[in-house]
Parts: sequence; structure tokens; C-alpha cells
Amino acid sequence: MTDQTTQTPLAKPAPAKSGLFGLEGKDATLLLVVFALVVFAPFILNPFPEGSGMAQFNAGYPDLMQRFVIFGIFAIGFNILFGLTGYLSFGHAAFLGVGSYAAMWSMKLFTLNVIPGIFFAIIVAGLFAAAVGYISLRRSGIYFSILTLAFAQMSYALAYSVLTPLTGGETGLQIKNTDNPLLSSIPEGEIGRANLFGAQMGSSYEMSVGSWLFTFNLGYYIAALFMLIAFYLSIRIFRSPFGMMLRAVKSNQQRMNYTGLTPKTYTLYAFIISGMYAGLAGGLMVAMDTQVGPERMFWTASGEVVIMAILGGAGTLIGPVLGAGAIKYMENILSKINKDVLHQWFAFLPEGMENVMVEVANIFVGKQWHFTLGIVFMLVVIFLPGGLVEGAQRVTARFRRKKSTSNTPAE
Amino acid sequence: MDQIIVQILNGLDKGSAYALIALGLTLIFGTLGVVNFAHGALFMMGAFCSVVLSRILSSSYKVVDESQTDFLGNPLQVDVFYVQDWFGDAAGATIMDWAVPLAILFSIPVMIFIGFAMERGLIKHFYKRPHADQILVTFGLAIVLGEVIKYYFGANPIQSPAPEALSGRVDFGQWLGYGPNTIIYPMWRLVYFFFSAAIIAGVFAFLQFTTFGMVVRAGMADRETVGLLGIDIDKRFTFMFGLAAAVAGMAGVMYAPIVSPTYTMGMDWLVLSFVVVVVGGMGSLPGAVLAGFMLGIIESFASMPAVVDLLPGINQIIIYLVAIVILLTRPRGLMGRKGVMED
Repeated sequence: MTDQTTQTPLAKPAPAKSGLFGLEGKDATLLLVVFALVVFAPFILNPFPEGSGMAQFNAGYPDLMQRFVIFGIFAIGFNILFGLTGYLSFGHAAFLGVGSYAAMWSMKLFTLNVIPGIFFAIIVAGLFAAAVGYISLRRSGIYFSILTLAFAQMSYALAYSVLTPLTGGETGLQIKNTDNPLLSSIPEGEIGRANLFGAQMGSSYEMSVGSWLFTFNLGYYIAALFMLIAFYLSIRIFRSPFGMMLRAVKSNQQRMNYTGLTPKTYTLYAFIISGMYAGLAGGLMVAMDTQVGPERMFWTASGEVVIMAILGGAGTLIGPVLGAGAIKYMENILSKINKDVLHQWFAFLPEGMENVMVEVANIFVGKQWHFTLGIVFMLVVIFLPGGLVEGAQRVTARFRRKKSTSNTPAE
Repeated sequence: MDQIIVQILNGLDKGSAYALIALGLTLIFGTLGVVNFAHGALFMMGAFCSVVLSRILSSSYKVVDESQTDFLGNPLQVDVFYVQDWFGDAAGATIMDWAVPLAILFSIPVMIFIGFAMERGLIKHFYKRPHADQILVTFGLAIVLGEVIKYYFGANPIQSPAPEALSGRVDFGQWLGYGPNTIIYPMWRLVYFFFSAAIIAGVFAFLQFTTFGMVVRAGMADRETVGLLGIDIDKRFTFMFGLAAAVAGMAGVMYAPIVSPTYTMGMDWLVLSFVVVVVGGMGSLPGAVLAGFMLGIIESFASMPAVVDLLPGINQIIIYLVAIVILLTRPRGLMGRKGVMED
């Protein structure tokens, strides 16, 4: 009875909910596009045949695809805080780390199944975010950034030293033979791995078409499912009255106060939600690769998610996912290119030219990939404050303008 | 008592470095209103100035010495240093030995040039943009500078020793009337402390007692009015950026013998010195210096064995803990002004 009575008023005043899961027009299209991209990622990311010279640009292997979606979740969560409220947290990796540790302990003590682990990761990270947020949000501006940074660095230092019984210190946590999870047992002589009701995360189905090889990995699709849910929820948050409140926090807190609303409460909720997203990402990381170390909480990891969100476009829906993908792609693909590969590429040039080009290009690839990252990031901040999304919008706008001018020469 | 003095002394060298970097950061923030995340990178560039100079000074050419043979019986090739060639053996050796202090002279023009280039080339365009953008673009610049250093000097720390005469140890206790060997302190760290004290005093004197400094202070208080008086305040602020870069650079040069420079040191120090600046209060020069020394000394007290036994891990987190407590009890840091960077 009560269920029905609560559901009817929700369903009634929403004739606009005819769209996909209550999304309208553009949002529904966006969700569908992302859904398609994620599902067909093993094809899309593997455009070059195996063994060809371009094969190293293929990103369709399970490990990297998992990273794409996991860091996508992390960046989406960060964007809910930074993109909407403008509060720049420099310590978000702490929640990712805490979530990882929570998931790890759930697997060590409870069951090797990933679902409870991820659940615990979200809950624990949310609680930790509530505590950190409650204190840090008493200040704003750079003071807030420094407070979150301080909390994250403290978590890192503690995980490294004092909390070693809990975190494994420098070596981190793995599942050992001596562990005895309540609901599942680790077979003798095997390394305990996370699973989903018995299905291994690493199990893949490989399909070869001609000289192409496509890998469909279970772990990737589980992470992708979570990412789609996370993305959908973030669209709903962006479009909800709560999202409007968060935008109000960014644009004018004083006016909000005058209206009788408390900006801090809304910001705290946003902080907790984005902490839970980070926890989800951390839990998924453990689910994919059953180990965790404190370096996951170091401030460079927090800086990385900031870069992801900005690069893609802070405050936009799809931007953070794009940013996360771009950075992880660069990290994995650029860093693999070395001088030998470069010599192959420039082999068509005369000897002297070839060497010069290899030397120049070598600055940007291999171990120097951070250099490229820094340059790209600076260029984006300088010329495209709205990130890749703004770039794409400008390009499409230019094409549209050209079209419209050709159609109607006299304005 | 002597234990306390030892800990204070231990905190001084780190505290001096914190104070110098925080001073530069505050100078830039107070004058130009820019949050410079690349300041740690300037500190690192300074440290690498000493590496570069000692490499230049110890550049050599090979000469075949007929009187000596290597283990195969061939005439031995001997390195001859240019410096020794030009200035004679003894003087040349001394010059090479004193490479790090000499690097100060070398670093000042280099760092001022880098500072000018940074301000004119990049940061100038960010005055009207939000603080978040300034943080982000300088953060990107810091990554780039770190990678450039890594490309040319490799990822491993490069040792650059202090001159022989200054690298010994001082029996500091005897100066204070204690028995011998109670307080032993490395000479170079003492030099570092006095050096940074001199720089800090110099910067404050420059701001306080020169006309140029007076104009700069006036500009920090009210930029618009100073501009209306017909003073080109932008030019002076650019100079202050160069000065701040030089301060960070000199701090780095002199710190090279204490911790061997690597490309990551910029970022490592940046995080800590930002905490220092915020604890001292954004925009307050005395606050930055005070907080720098205070946090350095507190950190050294926290790493005493007795304290660590009592509260394990406290030495790792004490700076952040102090920062959190101060920010929550004194919202604007120790000596911060009202309304600076609150939104």
C-alpha cells in the first residue's frame, strides 16, 4: 500500500519522463552515445590490425579499458564537486585510497565476491568524505584546497607508517593464502582473486576477425556498468534542483544565504557524493587488480584527477570522462613509444633528418610523457578554459556558421 | 636543555628553506595577486643552477700524459680542467671546490631572467582570470619544468657537495658554554641558516627602506591609486616577480648540498611551502617567514625519538596537523589580512 501511494505522486507530475529513464532530449542522446561507446569500446579502441605498425596505438586491451572507465568514474565524481560548486579539492585521491582499502578488507575477511567489496568501498569512502568535508568546508577558496590536501597527505603518511597493520604499509595489501574469508575459501596454492559469483574478473572472450583481435573482458564490462550508472546519476544530479543549488553555491553564496538556504549543507552533500564516487572507483580498482598500496593516495594522484576534469571540461557532463580517457591513453600509449619505434616512423627521411626528428620527438614520448601532458594541460588552460568539450563545441560552431553563411549570404 | 637546542637547530635549516620559498610565494601573491604553483619548480631550478655551474667549472679536456701508463701499458689520458689551466692548480681547485657558493652569483641573473620570462610570457595573461586558473596553469608549468630538468639531468639525485672548508661539523655546544660534544651541528646547515636570514633581512630592508620598495608596498596596499599617481606599477611588480624567483633560486642553490637535487624536489617542496604560506596567512610577508621557521622547528621536535615512541607517525603528519588546527582556529592563518583569497 505505502509503496503505491508514494509512487503515484512521483510518477504523475512527470509527463516529461517519456524519455530515457527520465532524461530528456540531449541528455538521453548523450547517455545513449556513452552507452554505445562503452559497450563497443573493444572494437572502437582497437582500430588497427594486430602486428601492424600502428598496433601500438590500440587501446583495446582489458587493463587499459578498465582504467578508462574507473578513472572516468573518479573524474565524474570530482566534477560533481568542482564543476558545480567550484570548490577545488586537492585531496580526492584519499577517498579513492580509503575505498580501495575497504574493498580489500571486505575481500580478505568477508568474501571474494566484488559486489560487497564495492559496496563497502562506497560506504567507507562516503563516511570518510563526510568527516573530511565537514571540517574542510568551514573554509573556502585556497584554504579549502589546502585543508583537503593536508587531510589527504596525512592519510597517505599514516597509511605508509603507523597504520601498517591495517594498510600493509609500503608493500600494500594483497590477498594471501593465510586469509580466510567468511563466505569463500581460497584454494590451496592459488592466489586469491576477486570474482563475481565465481566468474573471474580477468576472464575474457577473444574474437578475431581477419587480422583484428578484439578482447571482451568481464571485469571491464562490470566496471563499465558501474560507470554508466555513475554517469546516469551525475546527469540526474546536474539536472535536479539539488544541482541548481550547487551551481548557486558557485555563483553567489551570499545571495543563497539571504534566500535562507545554507550553502554549506549543499556543498557538504556534494563533497560526500563525490567522495563516494571516488570510493566506487577505488573499490573497482581492487576488484580488477586485487591489491592496493598507499601511493594511490599521494597528492599527485589527487592532482591527476584535477587535470582530468579540467582537460575534459569542468562542469560539463561528458568532459571528465573524456579527460580521464585522454590522460590514461597518453599515459599508456605515449610512454610505450621509444627511440626504436621513432626510428621506424621516420625511416623514410634522410639519415641526418631522421636522427634530428627522432631526437625532437623523443622529448615528448617514453619516460617524458608527463612533459607532453604538462604542455597539453597548459595549452588547454590558456586557450580552452572549458576543456576539450569547449574545443569540440567551437569546432562544430564554426562548421555550422560556415554552413549557415553559405545558405544565407546576406544576414 | 641541550636536547631542545639541538632540535631547534635541526629545525632551522628546513625552516629557513620553507621561509625563503614561502616568502617568494607571498611576494608574488601580494604584488601580482597570482597563486604561483610553479614556485617549487623555481626552487628546483635554483638547485640545478649549482649542478650546472659545478659541471661548467669542472669541464675538462684530455691530455696524453707520457709519464703515466694505464693498466694495459698505454700512455694514460689525463683530464685537465680548464679552470686549473687558466687560474693555476691551487686556485682552480679552490674555485671548483666553491662551486655551490659561486652558483649564487650565477643563479641570480639566471633566475631573474626565468622569472621575467615567466611573468611576461605566461602569468601576465592570467591576472584577470580566476585563482583556480592561475593555480592550474602554473601547476602545468611546474610539471613541464620538472620534466625538462629530468630530460637533461636524469631522474637520479645529483650530489653537489659543499666546499671543503664549510662541510665539517661545528661543536655548537661549546659556544653556548656546554661541555664539548654535546651539540654537534653540520657547518653547512648553520651557513644555510645565516644565509637565509640575510636574504630575508635583505628583502624586508629593500621593501622598507628604498623608494622602490615603498612604491611596491603602496602598490600592494592599493594598486589602483598608485597607478593613478602616474607610476608604472606593473613594471615594478614584474621586477618583484623576478626578485621572488631569485629568492627561491638562491634558496635552492644553497640547499643543494643538504639534499641532492632531483626533478621531483620542486613538487615536494611546493606542497609543504603552500601549507606554510597558508598557515602564515596569504599575503603576509612576516607571517610567511614566521610560519616557515615555526613549522620547521615543530617538525624537528616531532621527529625526536621520545615523541615518535609516544605518538608513532607523528613526524610524518605534524605539519598538516598544525595547518589544519591553525586554519580552523585562525581562519586567515597566523597573520593573514581580511578578505584575501576567501572566495
